[in-house]
Amino acid sequence: MPVPIMKQGEYLIASIQSALTDVDLLTFQSSLSEMVGRHHTRGVIIDVTILDVIDSFAARTLRAIAYTLKLRGADTVIVGIQPEVAFSMVQLGLSLEGVKTALDLDDGLELLNKRGNDEHRE
Amino acid sequence: MMPKPSRTQPSEREDVLLNELVAHFREKRGALRKQWVNQMVAKRLLQGLTPTEVETESETIYDTCIDCLATGKYDSAEKYASKMAERGVLRGMTTEQIIGGLLVLRDVYGRSLFDKYQKDQARLSKALDIYEPVANKILSIVAMAFILEREKVVRNQQQAILELSTPVLQVREGLLILPIIGVVDSVRAKQLTEQLLRSIRERRAKVLVMDITGVPAVDTKVANHLVQTVEAVRLLGASTVITGLSPEVAQTLVTIGVDLSKVKTLGDLQSGIDEADRIMGYRVLYQKEPAAR
Repeated sequence: MPVPIMKQGEYLIASIQSALTDVDLLTFQSSLSEMVGRHHTRGVIIDVTILDVIDSFAARTLRAIAYTLKLRGADTVIVGIQPEVAFSMVQLGLSLEGVKTALDLDDGLELLNKRGNDEHRE
Repeated sequence: MMPKPSRTQPSEREDVLLNELVAHFREKRGALRKQWVNQMVAKRLLQGLTPTEVETESETIYDTCIDCLATGKYDSAEKYASKMAERGVLRGMTTEQIIGGLLVLRDVYGRSLFDKYQKDQARLSKALDIYEPVANKILSIVAMAFILEREKVVRNQQQAILELSTPVLQVREGLLILPIIGVVDSVRAKQLTEQLLRSIRERRAKVLVMDITGVPAVDTKVANHLVQTVEAVRLLGASTVITGLSPEVAQTLVTIGVDLSKVKTLGDLQSGIDEADRIMGYRVLYQKEPAAR
């Protein structure tokens, strides 16, 4: 099932709706990367609230997405990781190093806005 | 020679004897029960019970035992035993009181059989054959009920202690403090992290200050667990400050080569809260005049 990606001002919001297969994840990665270029996006939020499992492939792909989008000029925030999921990810050594995370969509947007302001000030 | 009657299929004669026993116990109910209660009083097994309670409880127990003997079914005994265990454990009755009381009852019944059949040895031994397994079975039912009840209480208390041992305190909007006190083993560490992560989500915390002043020793396992917790907290979008690293703990960590460089650590809780305020953008202002009450 493809992941719906919504445009919201300078940001893209991708809200995962069901468990994703490996192929879905790769498709998701390439379509996000393409859309960031097309819409001149400054920030991307990936909402994973629905996922009750994040395995090593998913974690690696999410990290790869964040790095790819950084190269294309957009910040990525992963939001809505469930407490249980966070704990099991850490136990498996999948800690999404270098990727920004936030509690939910609200906090994610706030984080992106704050970063935007900081950059303007610089 | 007659074949020996088996226990499973009582012969005609055994049935007759059983009825005779039941009738005997029912007939002597008043006297035997009084004797039982008196003996229990003499052995101080009834402490903590009011006279009315002694009356009703002893009547019920006496009748339940006779019912078991008469019907060969133990449902009522099991039900009553678990109810009694629930009440007894709650009110701090000792196992000695309960088991002791039933042993006395067993003796009272047995003694009355001896008195009744003392002239007929063969009949006495048959009567005991019928009566003793029933008495033993009832004793084991009651003992099991008490053990189960105790285990239940112990389990509940363990759960309560686990939950009490990890309070997650909210100090400001978005700032949680987790004081860890006592030895951190793997079970507790897991439970602690789970509860912490849930609280972060519920209270939408931005910064967590974890104070380990009360942890007597930090070894590789505990340190490793702290790092894991910090990473899990970050995945929920909050940041962590660890405080309360005593000089000894810091030295141990360096000696055993634990790498906490990715974690923000500070000496005491106060500087931890200051740091958390800084992260969240709060600034505490000192007013010369204390605010009016």
